[in-house]
Amino acid sequence: MARDSQAALVALNRFGFGPRGGASGDLINAASDPRGFVKAELARPLGALLEAPGLQATPQLGQAVFAYQDQVKQAREAAKAATPTEAPAPPPANQKPDNQLRRNLSLNTVASEISGQQVAEAKSADNKPADGAMKPDAMQPNAAAPPAAKQPQQPLNVIQKTFRTEALARLQRAMLVDCGFTERLVVFWSNHFCISASKGELARMWAGAFEREAIRPHVLGRFADMLKAVEQHPAMLFFLDNQQSLGPDSRAGQNRKRGLNENLAREIMELHTLGVGGGYTQEDVTSLARIITGWTFAGRKGQLGAPGSFAFNANAHQPGPQVLLGKTYEANGLAQGEAALADIARHPSTANFIATKFVRHFVADDPPPALVARLRDVFVRTDGDLKALATALVDSDEAWKAPLTKMRSPYDFLVASGRLLARVPEDPGLYLGSLNLLGQPLWTPAGPNGFPDTAAAWAAPEGMKLRLDIASQMGARLGPNIDPLDLLEFAAADAASVETRKTIERAESRQQALALLLMSPEIQRR
Amino acid sequence: MIDCVENRLLTSRRGLLLGGAAFAAWAYLPKFARAADGRDPRLVVVILRGALDGLATVAPLGDPDYAALHGSIALTADGAHPATRLDGFFALHPAMPEFARMYRDQHAAVIHAVSTPYRDRSHFDGQDVLESGYAGPGRVQSGWLNRALEALPRGERVSSGLAVGPTTPLVLRGAAPTVGWAPVALPQADDDTAMRLVDLYRHRDPALASALTQGLQLEKAASGDDMKPKPGNQVAQMRQVARGAAKLMAADDGPRIAALAFDGWDTHANEGGPVGRLAFLLGGFDSALAEFESGLGDRWRDTVVVVATEFGRTARINGTDGTDHGTGTIALLAGGAVKGGRVISDWPGLKPANLYEGRDLKPTTDLRSVIKGVLQGQFGLSDQVLAQTVFPDSASARPMKGLVA
Repeated sequence: MARDSQAALVALNRFGFGPRGGASGDLINAASDPRGFVKAELARPLGALLEAPGLQATPQLGQAVFAYQDQVKQAREAAKAATPTEAPAPPPANQKPDNQLRRNLSLNTVASEISGQQVAEAKSADNKPADGAMKPDAMQPNAAAPPAAKQPQQPLNVIQKTFRTEALARLQRAMLVDCGFTERLVVFWSNHFCISASKGELARMWAGAFEREAIRPHVLGRFADMLKAVEQHPAMLFFLDNQQSLGPDSRAGQNRKRGLNENLAREIMELHTLGVGGGYTQEDVTSLARIITGWTFAGRKGQLGAPGSFAFNANAHQPGPQVLLGKTYEANGLAQGEAALADIARHPSTANFIATKFVRHFVADDPPPALVARLRDVFVRTDGDLKALATALVDSDEAWKAPLTKMRSPYDFLVASGRLLARVPEDPGLYLGSLNLLGQPLWTPAGPNGFPDTAAAWAAPEGMKLRLDIASQMGARLGPNIDPLDLLEFAAADAASVETRKTIERAESRQQALALLLMSPEIQRR
Repeated sequence: MIDCVENRLLTSRRGLLLGGAAFAAWAYLPKFARAADGRDPRLVVVILRGALDGLATVAPLGDPDYAALHGSIALTADGAHPATRLDGFFALHPAMPEFARMYRDQHAAVIHAVSTPYRDRSHFDGQDVLESGYAGPGRVQSGWLNRALEALPRGERVSSGLAVGPTTPLVLRGAAPTVGWAPVALPQADDDTAMRLVDLYRHRDPALASALTQGLQLEKAASGDDMKPKPGNQVAQMRQVARGAAKLMAADDGPRIAALAFDGWDTHANEGGPVGRLAFLLGGFDSALAEFESGLGDRWRDTVVVVATEFGRTARINGTDGTDHGTGTIALLAGGAVKGGRVISDWPGLKPANLYEGRDLKPTTDLRSVIKGVLQGQFGLSDQVLAQTVFPDSASARPMKGLVA
């Protein structure tokens, strides 16, 4: 069978998370049937789901936050009672995760962790995801030193622990999957429908669950279903303030003299579906804001349902029919908004916006118009079937022929490095700290438009310098035990450029060679 | 419960070591930087991302409709936290004592009811117009400040540059080379490894070669203990960024022209009045201005800091004690070179009929006129260059005269 290493690089880098090192054989497998290698994951519709010990559902997580906040409040009051004038208030809970992250910014920590020197015992076979298919002797962390040395001095609170548990589950999945196309789709859609953990304790607590519950079940399903799941998820309602928005003429609005907040309604149309210029007006924004008043989550007292679960609060819902994008939606409670979302999901502007963004992410900053048009048509024809959308992308010629000019995002880069080095993290600290440094803190974009998706954004001078510093630290720690030329075979084989090969061959040390390999265009570009 | 959680936003942003602020500078000295006349102009452009509520920052207390529109968050002339009177009509948010002092010393000015030519309400398009300098969004990948640099005579390369945030803000992106720096303590790759990689990139990936080369040329002058990250809230972070930037810009061979961005001004809910969320942010921003003043030392005399945001917020508060996306807002100028002590405004009034689309402060001054006025005053750029290259097709927005002393 013909082997095409260049196409294998496209399969693994453009669509996936890069080849795993060791005995995975990823590059060889991808080279023998590049399209088939990518599409194999699409045949496993449940493959996007993420379940692992310790991962909890949104209501349970919300209740844990409420309980934690009660504890903090009680402790603060107790302290106040003890020393009425001078008692320092307990620090806000968010200080701790930050301190924790900062500790983890030490590249020594980073590199020692990646090298496995302080990693806890190797993962046991029974908690590997079923589709992991990793080669045990190649992929297992090679050391079993007790993790005690890494324990932070301050115990983590429940929110920090949860965030790290969620992050670790996501990272481990990324390390273990074959190609990683499905995981890349998860990351794409999660960024498209992003929330930010910086919004507050609930958002930090829910960031991982939001992705597991609202994104993952639908990445190979229907766009309309994902849209509904996202806009009804407590994390999104909290992130974009909808739980505070009251219909001005609703009972709650009248009683409390409060009213609309159009934040979520605007971002639904601008960022989630139609896109700027997608044919909506300020009046439509206000109208959709009215339509989705009452979409909230049950609070700690549980008056609207199980605390932390989605709830429709009829008392806060603006009464009456509403006109949106020229269509009248009758007043029928929750169904009014669901009908509106269903229509927006299949609006031609949505198809165009999604197709453009999808192609821009996977193929080129300037997406080939013909490919965008084809994907838009697929979206329309299949009523937003996202598996059909992904399949059409992989089946296209453009996606395979376009030069590899996209830049790996920091998350892609770190995951690809971890895969190539065959390290499955047992602690997310390294990744979380490095992502902060490189400007892509996990689940924490600066705004609701998510992290940028252009080569220019990620190939900025300071970012490149920081990547090199990180690669250099990895090289220093791991280089001694690794043959960089073997690793180059796993990474690119005969698709590696002569210059890259020479640069690695001529490096003054294995450590330096590894740093240069990780920074090579073959790994940085996709 | 909600208010309590909302407030956490303020401190949690510390987690984004670099996420909340970005700074980058031109890699060259303007050729006239060391001219015999002793004038050595510096310019700092500060972008407040998220849309600053201009009516809450510089309040038109003299407008009879202001108090009702801004409702529970309106500033007042009296009470526990009175706004600082700027003239007979406008008053400054009480969280900004440093700016108030500069204003009194005639080294700070306010331009009110300004906006870019952008008239829709998307943050991202609004920022694109603000930073690109084009009349509409999505047209170019270069910023007006970068194009202004291309029009300046280029002198020696600066020995240091600085950027907080691994990405360059659009306003400074473009053909003119820029440098950046991030205040993090990180073991550095050694020079030899870096040079080998640059060599590889030169052969295989010129774009990465260029980016990495610039990235490597920073660092040196920017190092120093006080620039390492420290625990602190967003206020501390803003101050730290400003301090680091000022230190580098104060050096004889340091950058003269730079840009930075502060995030977090999108106050949809529980914006707060004299105290609260916006007050907290304004306080941090105010202390950042003071850091620039003290850090630049003698050079503050020749400095202009321009502060701008993508658009304003609704004149009337929304149903959640915040404000939604609007249009007209303020621009601020600070620095020893500013001809200050003035609120410059063709005030449109806040009567319903005077509001833009019945909801927003109507812009009466084009922000480009303000920026052009500063660029002309500081660097002598011609009307023509400003109207064609820096802000294409903007001849109707004439440079505002007399902003720079």
